Amino acid sequence: MSTDTETPTYTKSALEFKSTSFSVPILVIFNAELVQLECQIEQKIAQAPEFFKNLPILVDLQTCNHQQQKVDLSALIKYLRNKKIFPIGICGGNKKQNKLALELNIPSHTVQRNSAAATDASLKLNTTNIEKSNENSSSEITPPVENMLITQPIRSGQRVYAKGDLTILSHVSAGAEVMAEGNIHVYGALRGRALAGVQGNTNSRIFCSELHAELVSIDGHYKINGEIDKGISSNPAQVYLQNQKLIIKNL
Amino acid sequence: MARIIVVTSGKGGVGKTTTSAAIAMGLAKKGHKTAVIDFDVGLRNLDLIMGCERRVVYDLINVITGEATLRQALIKDKRCNQLFILPASQTRDKDGLTKEGIGKILEELAKDFKYIVCDSPAGIERGANLAMYFADDAFVVTNPEVASVRDSDRMLGILASKSRRSENDEEPIKEYLLLTRYSPERVKIGEMLSVEDVQDILSLHLLGVIPESKSVLTASNAGTPVILDEESDAGQAYADVVARYLGEDKPHRFIDEEKKGLFRTIFGSK
Repeated sequence: MSTDTETPTYTKSALEFKSTSFSVPILVIFNAELVQLECQIEQKIAQAPEFFKNLPILVDLQTCNHQQQKVDLSALIKYLRNKKIFPIGICGGNKKQNKLALELNIPSHTVQRNSAAATDASLKLNTTNIEKSNENSSSEITPPVENMLITQPIRSGQRVYAKGDLTILSHVSAGAEVMAEGNIHVYGALRGRALAGVQGNTNSRIFCSELHAELVSIDGHYKINGEIDKGISSNPAQVYLQNQKLIIKNL
Repeated sequence: MARIIVVTSGKGGVGKTTTSAAIAMGLAKKGHKTAVIDFDVGLRNLDLIMGCERRVVYDLINVITGEATLRQALIKDKRCNQLFILPASQTRDKDGLTKEGIGKILEELAKDFKYIVCDSPAGIERGANLAMYFADDAFVVTNPEVASVRDSDRMLGILASKSRRSENDEEPIKEYLLLTRYSPERVKIGEMLSVEDVQDILSLHLLGVIPESKSVLTASNAGTPVILDEESDAGQAYADVVARYLGEDKPHRFIDEEKKGLFRTIFGSK
């Protein structure tokens, strides 16, 4: 047995907590009937066995609970794990289900999924006795948009982040950075960096009176100053995404 | 109520100390009791430009640490009895500068003085941050070249976010642009940014343009604020700046190239 109780001191920190976001398929449960669920999951797996192999998944109980259907959560989880699908959380569960999930070493998420997540990344198990309207009503939750208005110039070294649209009534200096989850409007010269749709909104655009930007980006698709057509720069311009391609045009 | 003016730029060597000395002298000559403080601890220069380096006994750090009183440290100018200089320390560490210490000094000066001019060091470190923290007005000194303009832009960003006024949600610091070492000839041949170019980038109220002039160096070496050289173009330009700051309406000069008359062509310009 080691008796060395001294903790070694490292000059560099050994770990770091960071935040990230990635997409996980959501299994939306419409029906509490376990046999029916199992049957349909089996069918889905048969269609793409490689995709489902060791797949992390979020189980959404919201619709099911909405209809007062009591799903046997522990049995469902046990079944999924048997099929090498790993539930990494539940959402939309009630108190009892959340407690049960925790006992099964699965965290519960209080965040309600939005409509985009439901259509893009979910594995829907549609059963015949579910009306379409039910699904729609449960997913119509739009968060309040926080737009931002700035009347002063954005100086070199300053950073601005807007959760919605960002409107700047003056110029953006070289060396400044403006970011928005929505659109960016600059009623002056844009000389710094402008990043719109930073949380994945591909429909967002950048508008400015003069485009001398160091960098423009929409949803991660970017162009740097040298790639921007010099003929555009002195007139009002807009930047948008079309088929994953960044388009820069005069207005 | 005293008005605290910070003279700042970000970049070094653009004329902050020359400007501080000139406007402090200018304000004092107009009859306003003025103090000028050197914040450049370790690289003090203001005392040289003001010609009082031999009279420095106590300095800013001495006052902060309580080794001397403000009255002991202030040096009265020999040319103008309304002007007082508080020199920086040449030997002490700049860590001696504390927000509380500076705040106390400024508060005490404000009881007695009309204007307090703070000569900021270059850079965006402690000395520069403290020089601007308590300011009411900022003179942003810029040379007509890209590096200086960008540094000034950065400084303006800091002025807007890291001052007492911004922290207390008061009316923001009034910012003025002072374009120094300006040479219309070099602007004409494209070697220098023009007033319009700089204004376009900084969007700032232009308080004055100081022409590039030999008289500045001569005055500095002699320990005389250049504003006292009433013959020189730079001296006149600073006089205009002080007048404009005090609310007088003076047209801008020294922006356009001087037309050489026949007399000048024959006998050569100065």
